This record gives sequence, C-alpha cells and structure tokens, in this order.
Amino acid sequence: MSSATIPPQFEIVDRPLDTQMTISMGPQHPSTHGVLRLELVLDGELVVKATPDIGYLHTGMEKLFEYKKYQQGIVITDRMDYLNPLGNNLAYVMAAEKLLGLEIPERALTIRVLMCELQRIASHLVWLGTHALDIGAMTVFFYCFREREKILNLIEAASGGRLTPSYFRIGGLMMDLPAGFENRCKQFLNDFPQAVEEFHKLLTGNKIFQRRTQGIGRISAEDAIDWGLSGPCLRGSGVNLDIRRANPYSSYEQYDFEVPTEPDGDVWARYMVRMRELKESHKISVQALSRLQPGPVKADAPKVVLPDREAMKSHMDALIHHFLIVTEGFDVPAGEVYLPIEASKGELGVYMKSDGGAKPNRVHVRGPSFVNLSVLPVMSEGEMVADIVAIIGSLDIVLGEIDR
Amino acid sequence: MPSEPEKIAPSTEPSPSSESTAPSPLVAALQHEHPQWISEVINAFGETTIVVPREHIVEACSFLKTSPESRFDFLADICGADRGPEEEPRFEVNYHLFSTTKYHRIRLKVLLNEDDVHVPTVTSVWRTANWHERETFDMYGVIFDGHPDLRRILLPDDWQGHALRKDFPLRGYEPYSLK
Repeated sequence: MSSATIPPQFEIVDRPLDTQMTISMGPQHPSTHGVLRLELVLDGELVVKATPDIGYLHTGMEKLFEYKKYQQGIVITDRMDYLNPLGNNLAYVMAAEKLLGLEIPERALTIRVLMCELQRIASHLVWLGTHALDIGAMTVFFYCFREREKILNLIEAASGGRLTPSYFRIGGLMMDLPAGFENRCKQFLNDFPQAVEEFHKLLTGNKIFQRRTQGIGRISAEDAIDWGLSGPCLRGSGVNLDIRRANPYSSYEQYDFEVPTEPDGDVWARYMVRMRELKESHKISVQALSRLQPGPVKADAPKVVLPDREAMKSHMDALIHHFLIVTEGFDVPAGEVYLPIEASKGELGVYMKSDGGAKPNRVHVRGPSFVNLSVLPVMSEGEMVADIVAIIGSLDIVLGEIDR
Repeated sequence: MPSEPEKIAPSTEPSPSSESTAPSPLVAALQHEHPQWISEVINAFGETTIVVPREHIVEACSFLKTSPESRFDFLADICGADRGPEEEPRFEVNYHLFSTTKYHRIRLKVLLNEDDVHVPTVTSVWRTANWHERETFDMYGVIFDGHPDLRRILLPDDWQGHALRKDFPLRGYEPYSLK
C-alpha cells in the first residue's frame, strides 16, 4: 500500500502546539450520542473549527426500501430515529396513503395522534436525561428513564414492541388498542405533570446548569431558517413554526395546543422549548384520549389493508386478499409525494416515488437530525470545548437517522 | 386504484394537500414572467412540481426565495433519484421548498443526462443545501458545480461507485477496497 491512499483527514499534520491543535472527538465519545466523530481545530480551549464526520451507522436504508414492498418498508423506518419510531412510521405510511388516496377512519387518526404524542414525550425524556447527564447532572437521567419506561410499556401494550413498534400500517393501524389501555394511559397522563415539575425542580433552577447553557451555541432566527433548522431547535430561535400547525396532518388541526418559542437561540432556549413541549404533548394526549370513539381502525380498502384474522377464516375473498397482499403486495399508482410531519426533532419528510408497482422506486427521508447537525460548526465556532457537549445535547441528534 | 373512496368521514385527511402546495397563481405568474425557467409543470397528489432547466435552477431558486408572493425561504430537502440506466434523462434532483411565513410548498426538479451529471449548486441561496448536495453526490454521483466542499458524506471517501444508482447491486461486494 502506498502512502498516497491515506485520505487527507487522517494525515498527520505537524504543527507546533502553541498555535492550533486538531483533535478527534468521537466516534466513541459518550456524549456524541452514538457514533459521531467531530474533527475539532482548537486554539487552546477555544474551538476554531468543528467538522462533523458522519456515516458510521450508514445501513443503506434508502437502498433497501427500493427492494422491499411498501408494507415491508415500515419496519425499516423504526430503525431510523430509534427514539421516535412511531413518528417515522407515520411519515412513511402517510406518504404511501397519499399516493394510494386512502381515507383513514377517525379512530385510527386519533390513536395515531395519541401514540405520536406519547412517543414525542418519550423522545424528549431521553433528550432531557442525556443532555443533563452530559452537562454533569446525573439524577435527572434516572427520573426521565423512569417516566419513559411507563410510555414504552404503553407502546408495548398496543403494538407488542417497545423500541420497534411498527404500529402504524398503510391504511390504519396494526390492530386496535388492547382492553384496559385507556385506563393505563389515563393514569400515566394524570401523573405526568407532577413528573415535569420534578424535572424543573432538579434542573431548571440549577445555577451550574444555567451557566453552562445560557448564551452558549447561539444562532439567530434568519440563520436558523437559512440553515434549515427545524423543530425545537428552530423554535428556540424564536421562529413560530410547527408542521402540525403549518401543514396539519392526521387531524392535528382539531387539537388545541400552543407552539412554544423562545427568542434567545441558545442552548438554554432550546432546553426551555422542549420542556414546554412536554406539557403541550401531554395536553394533546389528554385531548386525543377523550376523543376516542369506537369505530374501525383500518381503511376500507381490502386490496391494501390486511383482513382481520376472523374474516380470513370465514370469508373466501378475505383469504384471497390476504394471500395476494402478503405474496405480491399491492400496486401503488405512479407518482411522487413529499410528506412532512413534525417529528420530535423537527421536520421529518418522506419523499416517495412510485412507478406503479408493489415496490417504491425511490424513498428518501429528510431526517431532522441530519440537517440540525449540519449547523453544529456554525454554533460551536468560538465556544469552549466543554460547550460542544452542551451544544450537541441541545441539538438532540440521533445518529440512526442521520446516517440511515 | 385499490382504494374505495366511498367513505366520506368528516375531515379525515383534511386538506394538507390543498394548503401546503403553492397556489397555482404563483406558478402562472412565474410562467408568465420567466417562461424560460419552466420546462414543465406537474400537478399531482395535491403537490406542484416545476421542472427547471439546470442552467436556470439558481436563478429560479433565488427568485422564489425572495419574491414576496412565494417567500420560499426554507429549503426542506434536496434528493436525487435514478430513473434507471436505460432512461434518458436518467437522473433527477428534487428540491423541496417551503415557506416559513406562507406555509406552502413546491418541488423543483432538474433532469440530468447520464453523461453530463452537472448541476449548479444552490448553497449560495440556502446554506443548508451544503449537506443535502453532498449526500446527493455521494449516492448518485451528481456533481454540484461551485459547491464549497463536495466530498462524500455517508460512505467512506474511497468508496467505489454511487450506492443508490439502480445499477449498483443491493448485496454482494461490489468492492469496498482500500486499493
């Protein structure tokens, strides 16, 4: 092997220490939330330049989508943003439903909203726990994971999976909620506001936490829009934008909730936005639970939606449809759609292109973490090394979604 | 169409389509003012797609970003697509624009022939285009002329080929080698 094959970023640069130093942070650094490598150029403790190096978790999901039938793609989406799998499911199935022109029953829409908001709370709890842990507050982590456990139990009760639920299907849901779910959910929602108060008591008033976050990693509203920030990161810069409001989907326009914004654009502002979102998501969940009316949870489209087990055993046509859907899939009209939703981390868009067959021609996912991470160099220039950790935490990235 | 749209449930699938896409007057005005920027307009599934010749993509993007009727100040996504090795033009680059004030969306599309996969960069219009264009380059080999830092982003720097092209195999070692 000749030396010319060494890629430029691995070349040893010979520079005296008194000027600048290039160090590699990650990919196994615990506070990089997965396998993210940052190439930091430092002047003493000040960051001159930070260059993210991603792709360590690349699994070729977008290639895989093209080789799987539409209904098989749902399980792949679980593994993108593994803290918000139901949001990924929703974006994917809604893109397919848009191509198919399916009408989703009211109950299924309401359950989707309920589950997505529970999932958003769970996702924010992981962010809160790990963000606090990165900055040095360990206790919050245990409190957050205690609450998250309750949500995962609810999701498990409904779908059978805790991290990979695949609960939403093209045309509705996998199945209706189990008996007793509503009571368990109600109990969780009753207790949750008190838990949020606990988080505030633990962290918000903490002087060290405030000093570590206020004024760190600033980005202005214009820059945030220019850089494509979305979700809580954008709202932390004072931009009132929420896809649930801007382009409502899955009956979100019927819900009463606020879109929290904070003007400062620093780590603290993004923290406060997410803390307030916990309460808003709770509010939406309570409304969704009270809206639940009995009814079907699958669209009336026998060639797309798998029939019930009982129908399959008693009706010939249901059996035929089941056989055809499983063996051959269903044809989706040719065309292309881009479907954005407000995931827990920002705008999650699914671009789906069909050529008329049972497998998509192209599926592209606009991961919010991918775009949010690209802003890191801008935010971290001129900050201290230790603040990089706080900034990464405030961006709430998930590498599974960035690398896909 | 396998679906049977006989169920008329109130406000299911509300109208994200009609609200989220760009109003047709906007497209009509654009067609009137700059007919050379538009080679085709497709309205399907409640979304508007404008096929733009590649030499006009930067002008069209900066016009749509700044003009008061459109205000597409947010670039949501850029993604490539491969129509297959036998098709000509073979590659597509899709730009998904969004307005943070008017809440409408539009898709611009550039078509590229296989032997000339060059398109001007839009990083001068939206800085977020940087990583999206790097990803498209990585996966499809589309060269964005004028891009400040056009390197592979997800795959290793010494990867051979472009993984999302239709003629790149799904499995088997189409070689990853350090040679």
